[in-house]
Amino acid sequence: MIEVSHLTKRYGDHTAVSDLSFTVPDGQIYGFLGPNGAGKSTTMNIMTGCLAATAGSVVIDGHDIFDEPLAAKQRVGYLPEIPPLYTEMTPAEYLHFVGRAKGLSGEKLKSEVGRVCRRTDIVPVQSRLIRHLSKGYRQRVGLAQAMLGDPSIIILDEPTVGLDPAQIIEIRQLIRDLGQEHTVLLSSHILPEVQAVCGHILILSHGKLVASDTPDNLERLFAGQTTVRLTADGRADEADAVLRGIAGIRYTLEPGETAQAVVTADDPQAGPDELCRRLFFAFAGAQLPILALAADRASLEDVFLELTQDGGSSPAGAQAPALRAQDVVGPGGESLAGGDSLPQGDEAAEASAADAPAGGDAGRQTPAAPAEGGDEA
Amino acid sequence: MSAIYCREVRSHFTTMTGWLFGAFILLFGGIYTMALCLNGSYAEFEYVLGNMSFVYLIVTPILTMRVLADERRQKTDQLLYALPMSMTKIVLGKYFALLTVLAVPIAVMGLYPLILSAYGNVNLAAAYASLLAFFLLGAALAAVGMYISSVTDSIVANAAICFVAVLVNYYLASLAGYAPSSSTSALAALYFLSALAAAVLLHLTQNPAAGLAALAVCAGGVTAAWFLARDAFEGLLPALFEKLCLFEAFMSFMDGVFDWTAICLLVSAAAVFVLLTVQSMEKRRWSA
Repeated sequence: MIEVSHLTKRYGDHTAVSDLSFTVPDGQIYGFLGPNGAGKSTTMNIMTGCLAATAGSVVIDGHDIFDEPLAAKQRVGYLPEIPPLYTEMTPAEYLHFVGRAKGLSGEKLKSEVGRVCRRTDIVPVQSRLIRHLSKGYRQRVGLAQAMLGDPSIIILDEPTVGLDPAQIIEIRQLIRDLGQEHTVLLSSHILPEVQAVCGHILILSHGKLVASDTPDNLERLFAGQTTVRLTADGRADEADAVLRGIAGIRYTLEPGETAQAVVTADDPQAGPDELCRRLFFAFAGAQLPILALAADRASLEDVFLELTQDGGSSPAGAQAPALRAQDVVGPGGESLAGGDSLPQGDEAAEASAADAPAGGDAGRQTPAAPAEGGDEA
Repeated sequence: MSAIYCREVRSHFTTMTGWLFGAFILLFGGIYTMALCLNGSYAEFEYVLGNMSFVYLIVTPILTMRVLADERRQKTDQLLYALPMSMTKIVLGKYFALLTVLAVPIAVMGLYPLILSAYGNVNLAAAYASLLAFFLLGAALAAVGMYISSVTDSIVANAAICFVAVLVNYYLASLAGYAPSSSTSALAALYFLSALAAAVLLHLTQNPAAGLAALAVCAGGVTAAWFLARDAFEGLLPALFEKLCLFEAFMSFMDGVFDWTAICLLVSAAAVFVLLTVQSMEKRRWSA
C-alpha cells in the first residue's frame, strides 16, 4: 500500500510535481502515464527515497519514507529508468552485492539470488560481465535487483524503454506475473503498454494528476460522439453525393481518389449501429458497395492526448459520461486489438508498442471527446 | 556497510585504479629506498617516506576520482539512495575500501625496514611511526579526494581539482612564509573565513537566516577576540597556514618524534571530510 499525499517538488522556480495525491492498494498493477517531463520519474524517485520532496508525504506500508527511510525502503524494490548496474561485475556478483546491501546473508541470500535469477531468466548469463550483456538482459538484471528481498512493492520506471518487441512482450509478461504477488507501480509514456499490463491508470501531466481510473472507464468517459469510418467502392465525388443526401450527419472526405470518409452523427446520443444502418442503405440505394465500415472508438490514446496537451483540463465534460462500451460494433480502432474488453490487449498491441505513441493511430481525426479546446492536430 | 566495502575493494582491484595506485607508491618507494638507503647508506627509513610524500599529488586523484563521480555517471547512485542503508554507512564503506587499497602498498613497504635492518642499524620504531603517519596522511588526502568526488560530476574535472587541492596543501607550509604576519591581516583573513563559512552554510541549508546567524556569530567572535587579545593575532596567519598543511604534519615525524598533534590533525581532517562527503551526498537528494 502506497499513500502519496500532497507531494510537491520544486527545482528553483520550476515545479516538477505539484500537489500530487494518490493511493495504490495492495496487489494491483498501477500504471503511471504521462508525456516526457510530466514528473513521473521525479515522483518515483521521491517515492523510493532517492529524492527529497519540497512538501507532502509518501507512506509505504505505514512507514513514512522521510521519517523512517530504512523501514520504508526495505519494502520497496526500485528499477530506475537507467538500470543502476555496475558493468564491471557479473549479474551473480551484482545481485549478491545488492542482496547483502539489502540485509540478506548466508543461505537466504543464496536462495533469493537463485530465485530472482530464475524468475527473470538470467541464469544463462549470470557469470558474464554486465557490460557484455544486451540491453534486454541488463533490464532483467535491473528487474532482478528490484525483486531481491521480496519487497511488497515494486516500482519500475519505464521498464520496457529501448527493448525490441519480443523483449517487450517478455518483460510485460514478467510484470504481469509480478502483479500476482507484489504491488507494482510502473511508469510509461507508451499507451498500449500501460493498457496491456495495468489494472489502473494514473495520468500525469505537468506534474499534476489529471486522471485516475481503470483503462475501460477512462475510455468510456471520453467516448462522447459517434463517429464511423467508411470506405466505399467508388470515387470520392460519388460518395460525396450519397453522403450529402443523408440528413443529420456531418462528414469529412479523406483526400484522394478512393471514397473514404469519416462520418459523425449530429445527435450525440445516436448509437453507431443506427448510423451504420443509415449509411448502408444510402450507399446500397446508390449502387455503391461499402468495403469497410467501422465505428471509431475513443481510444486511450485520445484520452491521453486530450488530458495531457491542454494543460490537463478535467475529463468530466458535460456530455462525457455516456455508457457506450457495449455500443461498439465492428472491428475497433486500430490501436486496440479486437473489439473485446481491454486489459489483455494482446500480441498485436504489444508489437505496436515499439513505435508508439505516434505510430499507433496515424490518420485519426481530432480527438472524439468533447472538451474545451482539444484540437491540436 | 560490509557489502559496500567488499564491492568497492573488488572494484578497485578489478579495474585499474587499485593496481595503478599500488604500483606508483611502490615504484617511488623502491626508487627512494634504493637511492637513499642502499646507495646513500642512510639507515633512516623515514627519509625515504619524507622524500616520496609528493607521490600523493599523483596517486590521490587516481585513487579517488571515480569513487562517487562514477556512481553518478553510471546512474548507480540511484541504487545507493534506494538501498535500506544510511548514507553514512555507504560513505564509510567506500572510505574504508579506499583505506584498504592504500594499506596494501604501505604494508609491502613495511617489509623494507626489516630488510634494511639485516644490513645495518635501523631505528624500527621511528621507521614504523613514520610509516603510520604516511598512511594517515594518505587517509586524510583520500578523504579530501572523496569529498571532491562527491561534488563534481566529471571524472576529469574531479582529478584536476583533486590534484590542485593536494598541490596547494603540499605548498601551504612554504606559502606560509610569504603570508603577511601583521595582526590586521590576520583579522581580515578571519573575517574572510567567517564569510566563507556562512556562505557554505547558506549553500547547504538554503536558509538565509542560518547563513546570517553563522556570519554574525563568527564575525562577532573574531571581533571580540580582537579587542580582548590583540597580540594573539600577531603572526596568526602564517601559523594557521602551517597548521593546516597536512604534509607538514607528516614531516614532523622525520625528526624521529612521535607527534600526537600531527596524528590528531590528520585523523580529524579525514573525519571532517568524510562527514562533509556524507552531507554533500545527502544534499544531492534535494537538488539533483
